[in-house]
Parts: sequence; structure tokens; C-alpha cells
Amino acid sequence: MSQAQAIIDRCQALYEDLNFTAAREWKDAEPGRKVVGYLPIYVPREIIHAGGMLPLGVVGGGDQLEVIHGDAYYQSYICRIPRSTIELGVSGRLDFVDGMLFPSICDVIRNLSGMWKLMFPEVYSRYFDVPQNYDDEIGGNYYTRELQELREGLEAHCGVKITDDSLRRSIAVYNENRKLIRAVYEFRARQPWKAPAGDVYLLVRAGLVLPVEEHSQLMTEWLAAAEAEDKPLRDNCRVVLTGLFCEQPPLNLIKSIELSGCYIVDDDLLLVTRWLIGDVSLDGEPLRNLAHAFLHQSESTAAKYEPNLEEKGQHLVRSVRKYGAEGVIFASPSFCDPALLDRPMLQHTLADENIPYIAFKYAENSGQMQPIREQAGTFADSIKLWSEQ
Amino acid sequence: MTVITTSRSTSEQQEVSKDDSMLKQKAMMAKHFDRLTSARENGEKVCSTFVPGNLNELIMCFDFANNLPEVNAIQNGLRKKSGSYVMEAEKLGHSEDVCTYVKSDVGMMAKGNLAPNGKPFPDPDLLLLSYTGCFTFMKWFELLREQYKCETIMLHTPYEGDGKITDNMREYMVKQLKEDVIPTLERVSGVKFDIDRLRENLRRSAKAEDDLVYVLQTGRNRPSPIDAYFGGIYYIGPIFGAYRGTDDAIDYYKTLREEVDGRLAAGQGPVTPDGVMETEKYRLVVEGPPNYTSFRDFWKMFYEEGAVVVASSYTKVGGVYDFGFRHDPDNPLETLADYCLGVYTNRSLPQRVDMLVNYVNEYEADGLLINSIKSCNSFSAGQLLIMREVEKRTGKPAAFVESDLVDPRYFSAANIKNRLESYFQMVDQKRDGSAKGAAA
Repeated sequence: MSQAQAIIDRCQALYEDLNFTAAREWKDAEPGRKVVGYLPIYVPREIIHAGGMLPLGVVGGGDQLEVIHGDAYYQSYICRIPRSTIELGVSGRLDFVDGMLFPSICDVIRNLSGMWKLMFPEVYSRYFDVPQNYDDEIGGNYYTRELQELREGLEAHCGVKITDDSLRRSIAVYNENRKLIRAVYEFRARQPWKAPAGDVYLLVRAGLVLPVEEHSQLMTEWLAAAEAEDKPLRDNCRVVLTGLFCEQPPLNLIKSIELSGCYIVDDDLLLVTRWLIGDVSLDGEPLRNLAHAFLHQSESTAAKYEPNLEEKGQHLVRSVRKYGAEGVIFASPSFCDPALLDRPMLQHTLADENIPYIAFKYAENSGQMQPIREQAGTFADSIKLWSEQ
Repeated sequence: MTVITTSRSTSEQQEVSKDDSMLKQKAMMAKHFDRLTSARENGEKVCSTFVPGNLNELIMCFDFANNLPEVNAIQNGLRKKSGSYVMEAEKLGHSEDVCTYVKSDVGMMAKGNLAPNGKPFPDPDLLLLSYTGCFTFMKWFELLREQYKCETIMLHTPYEGDGKITDNMREYMVKQLKEDVIPTLERVSGVKFDIDRLRENLRRSAKAEDDLVYVLQTGRNRPSPIDAYFGGIYYIGPIFGAYRGTDDAIDYYKTLREEVDGRLAAGQGPVTPDGVMETEKYRLVVEGPPNYTSFRDFWKMFYEEGAVVVASSYTKVGGVYDFGFRHDPDNPLETLADYCLGVYTNRSLPQRVDMLVNYVNEYEADGLLINSIKSCNSFSAGQLLIMREVEKRTGKPAAFVESDLVDPRYFSAANIKNRLESYFQMVDQKRDGSAKGAAA
């Protein structure tokens, strides 16, 4: 087995482990260690890390978790991720988690924050709001104080101290991690035949459960190993995959798209790992720097307000141009308000730029991949036909 | 009470009872739509905004006519037009999974953008995106901005995740108002901001709010002289819409209060479309918005069984006034911030549970009924836990029905009626059990 494959196998084991054994073992290794969970899309993990705690990404139960209790909390017309998250909680799989952060993404995750308070009162639960005003003096000040409240809440509940110096060190660690994630994405865009989308997904996702330093090391090793491998280039088209920023698709869905003839050269999966698109400054006030990065150096996604009409959807156009993509696949979770409400506007922008696209929906436990393979395969074929004209 | 004859179809004439206040409210709505549709010829500018987080007092300072797209969707639901609008939007690429208010609005635009008076709505000059208590609002106005290409202001209301308003939240909102919202309103309208004018509007709001709260709290009486859900939807119309802060609203709520006082003194129940409700058999608290496409049929399922809604959460969606908040002219911007922060759907789930428990207890209700709306995740996500919590804390039975705001495809009369009948039987059994327990 190649070294790259051995790394991916380890990542797959972490992905499949719904008991979060790695995080449990990290916690048990030293007395007093704390674990703080977070849901998609973004939380500043640096603050958790600076308190010596482990940030743990909780992104639903996937297609291997049998949801028994979680369905009793939700109507049929609500997406899947909150019900499997409840299942994880009720079944004791998150019983080692000391805090849970619920970022501002949609009303379902927002209300889940209150449900967690009612269902797990011993856990520090916080709805993590972010500004929709991007002026430093307005949204920036508000967000900096919110970060301070988060810092104080974690300190009080978890019995840790989060100093400015420790924050700067954590920011540096995460800057390094983001740099490596970007390198992985750039590598995949350059040589997608050497970086299957499923492998990249598993590699990045391992960062949700491992200590960040270990994850950075893993990515460094994988990059070197994958680069050295010799894999055949297939006659695939190149696509950008979008809409998957919250509820995760089954791994098979990502693989199916590629198997159907589409190299995924960019996506919005697991955005927390690369939400900030540049390095966060290490000078001055660390919380102010995190706020500045959020306001001015963060990804575009449906959970954010786009103040400039002309800019709407341009992040996709830029991604298509930058990575030489030939089309966009909108894959949205069923009943996902942000993705589905945003989709028509993004599609209009792509149409104006003559960029082809297709759209379908999924749930984290979708089992039937044949329709998706057929749709994506037809899309790939049609792109090739168009490009020949 | 006035009995008027309305025509449901060309072949069917039916007598429908309406309060005088309802007729007054109907006239106000007609005036509102006439103002909007004649705004261009009258040289008025139009600002669109949302009901929760509606800053009507501020909007009036700049002489804008206020167009509220949820109100338009409701009107289209009541007039049986929303179904075709929703499907039109779906044909245009909007998902079947998302909010039908949005799709009704988008479909209405695609089909001529006609107001209830048959005249076209003018394009808005400004979209005031008061982002309060509902994620969909943000995307809704991004969609409208794409259509109208007009100026759009984002006013972000932070969510009360920890069940309280912090200084940071309030300061953030005031700063947005001062440095972003008001300067843009000035620029687009060409009218200079006058804070004293705002104070006067706020003073008028508070006066009407006093009467609204008085009316809603008469639901504590036995029998209740009001239905705080189906009737309550009429009561909140002026104050949640384009009339808050006006003399018209003061006048309306004074009339309403006198009318309700009259029924209270006479020991009468609420007025339903079939007349005054004679016997109050069940007292309910209702959580969630109503269905508008079959509004009267839905209401009938209650009053035919002698069920009256004594308190509801939906009548707090455009402002929670019954725990003391009033618009405060002495702190004009801070009070606008507090108003937005405090609307029902901007409150945390534990706060919502507390409110509903309070209503069940204070209004001596027999239980809680949740009408869960497919379109509205802000309300609906978590309602099954709310139901359990309220049952646990009050000891009163709760029930759950599902429908939609303005999509007729999601109103199943037989299913809802069946569930309601079962629920009323459950209440009866609970009462019998309590009575036997007391006797023993």
C-alpha cells in the first residue's frame, strides 16, 4: 500500500468512527483536558485551541448512523443534519464534549442551539453569531466583543485561561494549517488524477477530529506522498462543486461524481478549515485580527449577506476561471434554506458568464447514487460535446 | 357586530359576521394598498421591509410608503392566488423545499405584480433588509434586489441565543441605524432625518401598543371575548404593518378595545365568521403561524368544537409587547433596537418555551396546540421539543398539526380535523381524570 493510501485509510477510519475515539483518547491522555464541539460553517477554532482545548467538528451522522431518537425531534420537512446531531447527543456519542458552538448559518442550526441548552444543560452551549455588516467600526466592533464573550464563556465553563499570547500562538498554528489546506486544494486542481476528491475530503475532514498540529503534519506527509505517485490521467471534465457547506454528502456521492467523469477542482465542503482565505495577522490584538480576517478575508457562502449586487455569485465564477473548471455542480441538501434560496441567483450569474451547471439534492444518508452518476455523467458528456464545437 | 354578506363564488352567497373593528381594519388595508399602488402618481417613494423588525416609525420619517412582502403574500393566500404564484416561482427554478412567502412574492412579480386592488405594485426605491429572526429574509431581499436592482440596506439584528439582550447587541444595532440605515434613508428619500419626528411616531406607537396588549390579555377571562389566534391575526394587522406609529392605529386600537370591552361586559365570546361563539368549551394556546389559504375552514374546525384560542405566539411575531416593552420616545434608536431584538422569532428556544408555559398558566388554557408550518424553519425547527417541554412543565396536553402559510398543497383538512378532534378528546379525558382525582 502506498504511503498516501495509508494516510487516507487512517482518515477514513476517523471518518467512520461515530464514537469520536481519537478525540476521546486525546481528552483522556491528560487530566483536565476539554473538548469543544462546533457545527458548520465557521467558528474561530483558534480561541478554543488557545485554551488548550480540542476543537471538535460535529458535522452530522453521515450515512452509517441509524437515527432513531433524532427523527422524533423534527418534522419531515427539516434537513437531516440536526436530527443526526441530536442522535449523536442522545445516544451518548458526544458525552465527553464540554461545550458546543452553533454558528450562525440558518434557522435550523440556530434553534438547535436552544434545543441543546434544554437537552444538555450541563454542556456549555452557545449560539455563535457573526456580523452581517462588514464595516470594521460597526460589524468589526460587534464581532470583536462577541469573540471576547466567547473567550470569557469558555474560560468560565471550562476552567481555562485564554491569554493574548496563547491566542497569537494558536493563530499561527491555524495559519499554517490553512496554508496546507490551500496547498492540498491547489495540488488537486493542478493534478486531480493524483488527488481523488474522496481522498481530499477525507484528508481535510480528519482535521475536524485531530489536534491541528497532527493534522498539519498529516497533510504535509500526504502532499509529498501523493505528488510522488504515478496515477493515470482520465478523460474527465473539470467541475466546481458547491452547496455542500453544511450537511455533508455521503462519501459515495463525492466519489460517484468523479467516477461519472468529473474531476472536482474546487468545492465548498468543510469550509471551517479554509474559511479565512489569508493569514491572520499576529501583530496587535488577536481578537481584533480574527475579526478583521472574518470581515475582509473570508469565503463567500450563502450564510453571508452579499452587500454588492454585482459581486453576487462571482466567487463561483472566479473559482471556475482560476481552476480551469468547465462547469459547476450544485449539490444541495434537501430542505437547506441557505443553499436552495441562494441557488437561483448563483445560477443566473453563471448563465450570464456562459458557465454550464447542473443541480441536484441529497441527504447525508442518501443511498442511491445511480441517478447522481447518470446526471453528472451526462453533464460531463455534454461539456465535452460543447467544448468540441 | 356587523353582519355582512360576502360572495365566495358567483353561485354562492354566504353571510359572514365581522366586528366593526374588522371592517375598519379592512378599510385600512384597502387604503394601504391604494397608497402603494398610487405612490408614483403621488410622487411618493416606496420602501419594502419585513414585519418582524419593521421600523415603520423610522420609515415614516422619510415619507416612504411601506410595502411589506409578507403582508402581500398573506393577501394572496387569503385570496387563493398564492398557489399559482408558488408554482410559477418553482417553474422559474426555486426549490419546492423553501419558504412559500418568498415563492408567492416571486411568482406574483412574474405574473404582473398586482396588488389586491388589481393595480400593479410600484418597484421599490429601497429594500430595508431588517434581518430579524428569520434567515430567509436575507435571501428574499437578495432575490428582490436582483430583480429590482435598487438600493438595499442590511440591518442585522443579532439573535438572543442566550436569552437576553446584551449591550453589545444594542450598540451594534444603534450604530448600524446611525451610520448606515439613516444616512441611506436620507439619501434615497431626499428627506432630512428629524429625530423629533421619530419621537412623535414612537409616542403614537406606544399608545396603540397599550391598547393592543389590553385586548390580547382579555383572553384571560372566561369566556374569552377574543380569539387570540384567528381573531388575533386581524388585531395585529395595523400594528405589525404600515400603521404602527400613526393616528389611524391609535384610533383602530381604541375602537377595538371598546368593542372587546363591550363583549367582556356582556359575557360574550369572540366573533367568528358564523357569529358570536356561544359556548367556550376548550381554551387553547397556539404556537406557530396559521394557514392562510384555508384560513376560514381552519378557524371553523375550532369554533365548531367550542375551542377558543386564548393566547398565541404568532401575534408576537411583529413585536412582543405583553411583557412590558413599549416603544420609548426618550430613547428612539435604542428602542428600535430593543424592538427588533425582542420579536418572538428572535428569541431563543428556551425563551419561547417560557413564554408558552406562561400563557398556558396565566390564561388558564387546557393545553398547547402547535401548527407547524412547512415554510418556516424559524418557527418550526424545534417545535416538537417545545411541545414536550410545555407539556412537562404545565401538565397540560399538547398536540401538533402541520400545514403551510400560503401553499394550498400543504393543507390537508381531513388530517387536521382528525387530529384536532382527537386532541379535544384528549383534553376531555384529562379533565375527567383530574375531576375523578379531585373527587377521590
